[in-house]
Amino acid sequence: MKKILLIFGVCCLTVSTKAQSKYFTKTGKINFDATAPKSPENIDGTNKNSTCVMDSKTGEIQFMVLMKGFEFERALMMEHFNENYVESNKFPKTVFKGLIDNNTAINYSKDGSYTAKVSGKLTMHGETKDISTEGKLTVKGSKLIISAEFVAILADYKIIVPQLVADKVGKNAKIFVDCTLEPLNK
Amino acid sequence: MKKTIAFCLLFLTILSQTLKAQEKDLLALVDDGKKPHEIVKNSFKSIRVINGHSIEFLAPGTMDFRILHRFGLFNQGPSNFWGLDQASMRLGFDFGITKNLQIGVGRSTFQKEIDGYIKYGLLRQSTGEQSFPFTLALVGGITINTLPFANPTINNYFSSRLAFYGQTIIGRKFSDVLTLQLSPTIVHTNLVPLAINPNDVYALGFGGRIKMTKRLAFTWDYFYNFNGLTKDLTYNPLSVGVDIETGGHVFQLHVSNSAGMNERAFINETTGSWQRVDLRFGFNLSRMFQIKKVKK
Repeated sequence: MKKILLIFGVCCLTVSTKAQSKYFTKTGKINFDATAPKSPENIDGTNKNSTCVMDSKTGEIQFMVLMKGFEFERALMMEHFNENYVESNKFPKTVFKGLIDNNTAINYSKDGSYTAKVSGKLTMHGETKDISTEGKLTVKGSKLIISAEFVAILADYKIIVPQLVADKVGKNAKIFVDCTLEPLNK
Repeated sequence: MKKTIAFCLLFLTILSQTLKAQEKDLLALVDDGKKPHEIVKNSFKSIRVINGHSIEFLAPGTMDFRILHRFGLFNQGPSNFWGLDQASMRLGFDFGITKNLQIGVGRSTFQKEIDGYIKYGLLRQSTGEQSFPFTLALVGGITINTLPFANPTINNYFSSRLAFYGQTIIGRKFSDVLTLQLSPTIVHTNLVPLAINPNDVYALGFGGRIKMTKRLAFTWDYFYNFNGLTKDLTYNPLSVGVDIETGGHVFQLHVSNSAGMNERAFINETTGSWQRVDLRFGFNLSRMFQIKKVKK
């Protein structure tokens, strides 16, 4: 009986410590650049209200962006982005759910910069694809600063770029992630 | 005892499994369930359904340069290339001032007429918090005829050149495919051509769009004129067409019984009849310019 209580106690303990190991932000910056080579204008947008939640215990890391939250240099680009390319009414969110593969190598209780190898699934425009990239994770006091860069092939997500604008809109989008996470007390 | 322990362990395993499953969605932990207030956009591809104003507004800081052409009647036959030999046109500049305010000016070949308007979005169709089911926009406009006066020997007044219109547009984007709108309109003409013509003309516009593909939509634009029609001379304007978006431009190609390109002209002076097939081809070409850069 004592054993059972012990197991239960340990279980409760791990649950409670887990709850304190989470970090989040709702104002993360994610931008993309889908400019074709030799394009006369830049095709890029920025979302400054991205959500990111991570669990330092398990290395799980998840992102969510509302597609309508991307801002552009020109209003027409924003319209075309939402209406013609990512179809924001049908697919309002883009979600990434992944893991930091080398999570054990990161010491979250000590200030410092680490290379984080992240892999997971990116769901955009109704299509899910595997993504893996290397990012930078910086522990600074109680905050975590993460930055990463990766390339998404638009065709993988069934985002079609018509021939007419192929000289401006590229086949790939470089995606830049820049988030500062704070402890999540829940 | 062993059984109980085994059962407990099993229970704990299940518990930890469910806990793990819950943890899979970290995002749910910070989701407050609130949907942001969002104005419904892209009800139409353009700020005009065809002739009449649409419930769509220009984004702040943008200018829409519009070139409109209305050709001659199809039934003129091959010697006039089915009407394409003649064209009447309007050049227009429309500006998005704020998200609810838009102004525009234009000049038409017909009667060398200059027109201008202010359009204000009193209520906007929106989703999320404080959502609203439809858009209600108000338009006020003026037209100035700049032709020489017909009779220069009499005392002519500048006010005789003027006409005004007021319009309320009530519209809703029902889905990505279907948008419908109604536009009650009053046109006041200071000097009417004939004594039988009323100065105040009341009309009701019916406009709509069926979006067929991402870049192609079917549109129609009809105005029912309550009191201003002259029998066998003027008719209710009906235009049907397609909107084609090419990236930088929107082409609105249509067939209409009207050649007018401002409210006074197409409501009061549509001389073609659909029954007699007095139809003509026309197009609106819209090119959007960003005047004020959006801060990133």
